[in-house]
Amino acid sequence: QDTQEKDKAVPPERAEEAKLKAKYPNLGQKPGGSDFLMKRLQKGQKYFDSGDYNMAKAKMKNKQLPSAGPDKNLVTGDHIPTPQDLPQRKSSLVTSKLAG
Amino acid sequence: FLGAGGGNDIQWCFSQVKGAVDDDVAEADIISTVEFNHSGELLATGDKGGRVVIFQQEQENKTQSHTRGEYNVYSTFQSHEPEFDYLKSLEIEEKINKIRWLPQKNAAQFLLSTNDKTIKLWKISERDKRPEGYNLKEEDGRYRDPTTVTTLRVPVFRPMDLMVEASPRRIFANAHTYHINSISINSDYETYLSADDLRINLWHLEITDRSFNIVDIKPANMEELTEVITAAEFHPNSCSTFVYSSSKGTIRLCDMRASALCDRHSKLFEEPEDPSNRSFFSEIISSISDVKFSHSGRYMMTRDYLSVKIWDLNMENRPVETYQVHEYLRSKLCSLYENDCIFDKFECCWNGSDSIVMTGSYNNFFRMFDRNTKRDITLEASRENNKPRTVLKPRKVCASGKRKKDEISVDSLDFNKKILHTAWHPKENIIAVATTNNLYIFQDKMN
Repeated sequence: QDTQEKDKAVPPERAEEAKLKAKYPNLGQKPGGSDFLMKRLQKGQKYFDSGDYNMAKAKMKNKQLPSAGPDKNLVTGDHIPTPQDLPQRKSSLVTSKLAG
Repeated sequence: FLGAGGGNDIQWCFSQVKGAVDDDVAEADIISTVEFNHSGELLATGDKGGRVVIFQQEQENKTQSHTRGEYNVYSTFQSHEPEFDYLKSLEIEEKINKIRWLPQKNAAQFLLSTNDKTIKLWKISERDKRPEGYNLKEEDGRYRDPTTVTTLRVPVFRPMDLMVEASPRRIFANAHTYHINSISINSDYETYLSADDLRINLWHLEITDRSFNIVDIKPANMEELTEVITAAEFHPNSCSTFVYSSSKGTIRLCDMRASALCDRHSKLFEEPEDPSNRSFFSEIISSISDVKFSHSGRYMMTRDYLSVKIWDLNMENRPVETYQVHEYLRSKLCSLYENDCIFDKFECCWNGSDSIVMTGSYNNFFRMFDRNTKRDITLEASRENNKPRTVLKPRKVCASGKRKKDEISVDSLDFNKKILHTAWHPKENIIAVATTNNLYIFQDKMN
């Protein structure tokens, strides 16, 4: 009976999980939990701080970039977006090809 | 699987395909929603560019009894535009998340369309007459010299080429902090609900400056957030009943007569999970991407990543039927997580008699499950099957081992070709299937 149990195939989901953990050993403790949900709620967020932007423009020395605390699970990045960086969002003036 | 022939099996044939042929798909052309109206005469699509295209079925031609009327473009308009919320530094996409039709009350047609933040009520009306014979104006609109007017006449309406106009009649804005995933019109035809990740609001179709919050699952401390609302729908007959699904695979049924804020559900539908089967992926693949009541109102259907489940509203502890859409993907979850496909939100739909359910898959495949015969079929939306009245050939995916002729192996599937949106005509066997940027219409072979 022991050998039978050893020969039992690993369920495919578990095998896939092992593969993922091997690739990303630091993957979060909470599967599909907070981090992933927070990212979902954050969709569309484009960070812009006018204070930092103006200071960067004035090229002030010793300017401190905003840093994310260790408990923050939000990604802000260390690049201060400028109006020129943001892609131009213009509405489609072209008719849908479904109507063509 | 469903073979050809045999009694009542439907034989699906290609009817039409809309959209561009080229492989280079502009983001704006990605179809994001498909919906028939209540009679099935009109078919609406929404896309990522915020545009709505409505097709109308041709009146049946009595001499051509072997085909049903074709769907041709009826109206197209820009429903939503991209916006930027400066206060919150939030980019608001113009993508149309959902379209829902109102039942027809008069000559005009009405639909609700929504993006992430704003719902709009659109009126689509026909104009086929125009006044002619003004006294003070020429036919082209220029004003006549009043001194040349010697007689008086009564202007009359004369027929003109049909013009279809769409105009926004109501704009329901500023009620959602999070992204709207669902809208659903109540059976009272006066109110509707809109649901975002954490809240559900109730609106009156006539009133835009006020809405009532009926569900709020936002935790006091966002760090405690464990689940979000993924879909919501009103019951087709009971105007005080609605359901909402979650990212944890549960469905809650709420009764608005119980309290103003329906945070406490009346029923909780959840299938118990075998703890020994739990993995990193369990919660993600159990997330419900769509919930739809049957036309009868007795059942509801949910779609999660790998399956479709039918629930009897009288039984909360497990679904009455479960259909596997693409079980062979269970051994590919690692790569599907890495390429984000595991987060794809597939929709599902019922046929008019609630006997067959349909949902999409990858490689432009879509699946149908016959609840009575327990047979299923896999079909493909492809321009290669372009001949009208030729029956579509069933497809089969080979999970492992030796691939038979005409089967396709899991590793050959194109995961960029996803069918997320499908719709079934309310009365006939006509279906609309959306690939990334094309809309396919199939119908059953009539004799």
